[in-house]
Amino acid sequence: MLLDTPFHPRTAPLCHSRRWRNWSGYASALTYEPGHEYEYYAVRSGAALFDVSPLRKYEVTGVDAATLVDRVVTRDALDCPDGRVLYTPWCDEAGKMIDDGTVQRLSTDRFRITAADPCLRWFQDCALGMDVVVRDITLDLAALALQGPTSREILARVVTGADVGALPFFALAEGRIGAAPVTITRTGYTGDLGYEIWVGPEHALAVWDALAEVGRGHGLAPAGLDALDVARIEAGLLLKDVDYVSSWAALIESRKSSPYEAGLGWAVQPRPGREFVGSRALAWEAATPSEWAFAGLEVDWPHIEKRFAAVGLPPLVAGRASRAAVPIHAGGKQVGYVTSSTFSPILKKYIALATIRRDFARPGRRVEFELTVEFVRHTVPARVVKTPFFDPARKRG
Amino acid sequence: MAKQYDVIVIGGGHNGLVHAAYLARAGLDVCVLEARPLVGGATVTEEIFPGFKYSVFSYVVSLMRPDIIRELDLPRHGLAILPLESTLTPLPDGDRIYRDADHHRTWRDIARFSIRDAEAYDDYGRSLFFMARAVKYLLDIVPPDPARLSPGDISGMLRLGRHFLGLEPDQLHLLVKLMTMSAADFLEEWFETDVLKATLSASGIIGTFLGPRSPGTAYVLLHHYMGEIDGHFRAWGFAKGGTGAVAQAIASAAREAGAEIRTDAPVARVMVKNGRVNGVALANGDELRARAVSSSLDPRRTFLDLVDENELPDEVLKGVRSYRFRGSSGKVNLALDAAPDLTCMPGHGPHLRGAVSISPSIDYLERAYDDAKYGDFSREPYIDIVIPSAIDPAMAPPGKHVMSCFVQYAPYELREGTWDEKREAFGDTVIDTLAKYIPNLRDIILHRQVVTPLDIERTTGLSQGNIFQGELTPSQLFFLRPVAGYAKYRTPVRGYYQCGSGTHPGGGIMGAPGKLAAGVVMGDLRRGRGRSGPGGRGGR
Repeated sequence: MLLDTPFHPRTAPLCHSRRWRNWSGYASALTYEPGHEYEYYAVRSGAALFDVSPLRKYEVTGVDAATLVDRVVTRDALDCPDGRVLYTPWCDEAGKMIDDGTVQRLSTDRFRITAADPCLRWFQDCALGMDVVVRDITLDLAALALQGPTSREILARVVTGADVGALPFFALAEGRIGAAPVTITRTGYTGDLGYEIWVGPEHALAVWDALAEVGRGHGLAPAGLDALDVARIEAGLLLKDVDYVSSWAALIESRKSSPYEAGLGWAVQPRPGREFVGSRALAWEAATPSEWAFAGLEVDWPHIEKRFAAVGLPPLVAGRASRAAVPIHAGGKQVGYVTSSTFSPILKKYIALATIRRDFARPGRRVEFELTVEFVRHTVPARVVKTPFFDPARKRG
Repeated sequence: MAKQYDVIVIGGGHNGLVHAAYLARAGLDVCVLEARPLVGGATVTEEIFPGFKYSVFSYVVSLMRPDIIRELDLPRHGLAILPLESTLTPLPDGDRIYRDADHHRTWRDIARFSIRDAEAYDDYGRSLFFMARAVKYLLDIVPPDPARLSPGDISGMLRLGRHFLGLEPDQLHLLVKLMTMSAADFLEEWFETDVLKATLSASGIIGTFLGPRSPGTAYVLLHHYMGEIDGHFRAWGFAKGGTGAVAQAIASAAREAGAEIRTDAPVARVMVKNGRVNGVALANGDELRARAVSSSLDPRRTFLDLVDENELPDEVLKGVRSYRFRGSSGKVNLALDAAPDLTCMPGHGPHLRGAVSISPSIDYLERAYDDAKYGDFSREPYIDIVIPSAIDPAMAPPGKHVMSCFVQYAPYELREGTWDEKREAFGDTVIDTLAKYIPNLRDIILHRQVVTPLDIERTTGLSQGNIFQGELTPSQLFFLRPVAGYAKYRTPVRGYYQCGSGTHPGGGIMGAPGKLAAGVVMGDLRRGRGRSGPGGRGGR
């Protein structure tokens, strides 16, 4: 049976759709209402509250904490000041991605790392000989993501002991919501203004209630994974096991991806003398680029409509995000594949994340997206564009 | 010599702005002249009461053509349309019909009245989908004139014939019924439940001085069904920031394309020399020159107010004078201290994010029309309510709300007295009617704005306060809109064009007239002549 997160007593009665998905063994709402549309718009117009407790969480403490984190992740962790958060992938020795997540630097020798899947053994093994303790704190911390343009106003009204309004993008603060000590990070998976709230499970319901109470006047809605999936594609954010396969899970070499191949080259931050897991392989790859690259695609929507109209149908792709792999062609050859795609309600465009041959990954490059209409395959034009597709100023502002 | 524009657009409503944006994108030097301090016409958001934003006139979006949204890249200019997912029709006895995106729940709600109707509801939806798909074709073409024999008209009519003959016979029959029947009779073919028929027929009377039992209202119903959001018909939405945000986004796109937009610039007349337009004179006496002038105002203003009668043939004058406006509706906008609490569905649920329709029976609506027929506002009016702040929190301070109430009937011409005398009585009637369904309403009203047809006319210039720039009845549609022979956006004056909702395909925040007219203007300017008259091919 799926487990309940600490918020389940609140989320379950709200989940009118009764659509739950297994997220790391926990029941996680796909939608609360019958459809995800309103929950999606809450992210872009009001505020959405996601229960992200199933994320794996690790605490790294000790004098060598920074050294360990810097050894594990591709970002330069020594460069991360106290009170800041990094988004980063981490790799195996071959420079292929294992997982990705955020690294919170709570203090000089105390970090918190979030991951999609269990990584304790890896982190501990990497710490061999170091004066550091790595603990799995997944069960010790419940987590909420509060995302959307009104999230700041809501949070500022419930948090005491921290200046939420002044919290910069990818910074963290410790404060209280009511009696509950919380960590607030200005992070999220939606590409919008937003925060994540980390709290002990014993305080979870009180925190939920405080946010729900204040949030009502600010367009707050509980939101599920369907809405999150649309938002994260618009934000150009990767999903493990969908947009890339962990090197631990890949049974064949060609399924693995390096950060460069996954569009995360910016997150590989070598420094003279810095050695991190995979650094040599990645240095080599930086000099001799892989033939594969990541690309955002904008698929020509009028063509999709036309293809459906030709058989008398409205476009049946609107609304929901798709995780179906779809071939990308150019000049009659397959040059890559889409890993995630969705109609973007805010942009009114059909957008996709793709793995594509490097020659075709340049913004502006025209390719063809395979579209199946009534069991018949067609191709429709698509264009490589920069991600994020949607990047409002408020995200960083 | 003063600067000469390529095109001056009179009126900065959504159609004038769409028109200007397309012309500017084609490289033309365009100037929009708007009389008010803000653009938008009837598509405006105004903070009449501090902290509360009213979509003062038009209040929902659906008909806006998707190609215009895409081509002008309106999302980049700030347009976001939030879904309006449900319609709640409360009944005086505390019951209701609630229809939302949950198919099964809607089925159950209707089945409480009639299982047959619950099943027919799907069939009805399918039938209207086919109708909307058939008629949608017309929204994107310049209407060919069947009475002319120009090559363009003949090929246009042939294409049109081919399009409609391509329909299945039963669909064609249904279409003819839609064009001729009353909304009530049309719905009778599917449903037996009075309240269901009533609430569905309500979209057949909006903006029209007819009752649900008047022939012609079935088409108006279809017109409201043709709205498309993301490829799906009948989807209605609410523009984030109010409907004014639609106009602001289009204005931003037009400015980016190089159009100049002047506000506080009312136009006094269109200057004509030797049957050809050469500019406009502003109310302040300034004169601006242009190769072409497009009016987005309604046909009465475009033909009768702005141009000297001597420039127009008698049949056009006659046609425009008999063109029916007949404003039939008003608005009441409310600022509320808390959320409205409905007897039929108490509490702060998702129903507040949808429409609430006061349309409990066909007789109720017809009686409301009866009052108006003889020159009174309805004692118990049809009211279409939305609560924008429940959808977009930025419309009101936290925890407070704005409520937009579209009210019908409010006849422009009153039997007794004036609208200035009756405004508050009209507002009281609306509140009294609403309070029957929303018991806490009177206690939470912080401010009310009553908008009568006269106010609509005074503020936006829409003649008689008709929200569509003239009724959408079959005699005023397609090649007859606004008058026979001048449905292709041209006028008898060379270089003078029409681009407002008074032209095909009509009203609603659609933008199609503005875009289609831009095609005609561009074609004519490219051919080096500001054409007059109906002949020639519709520009493309």
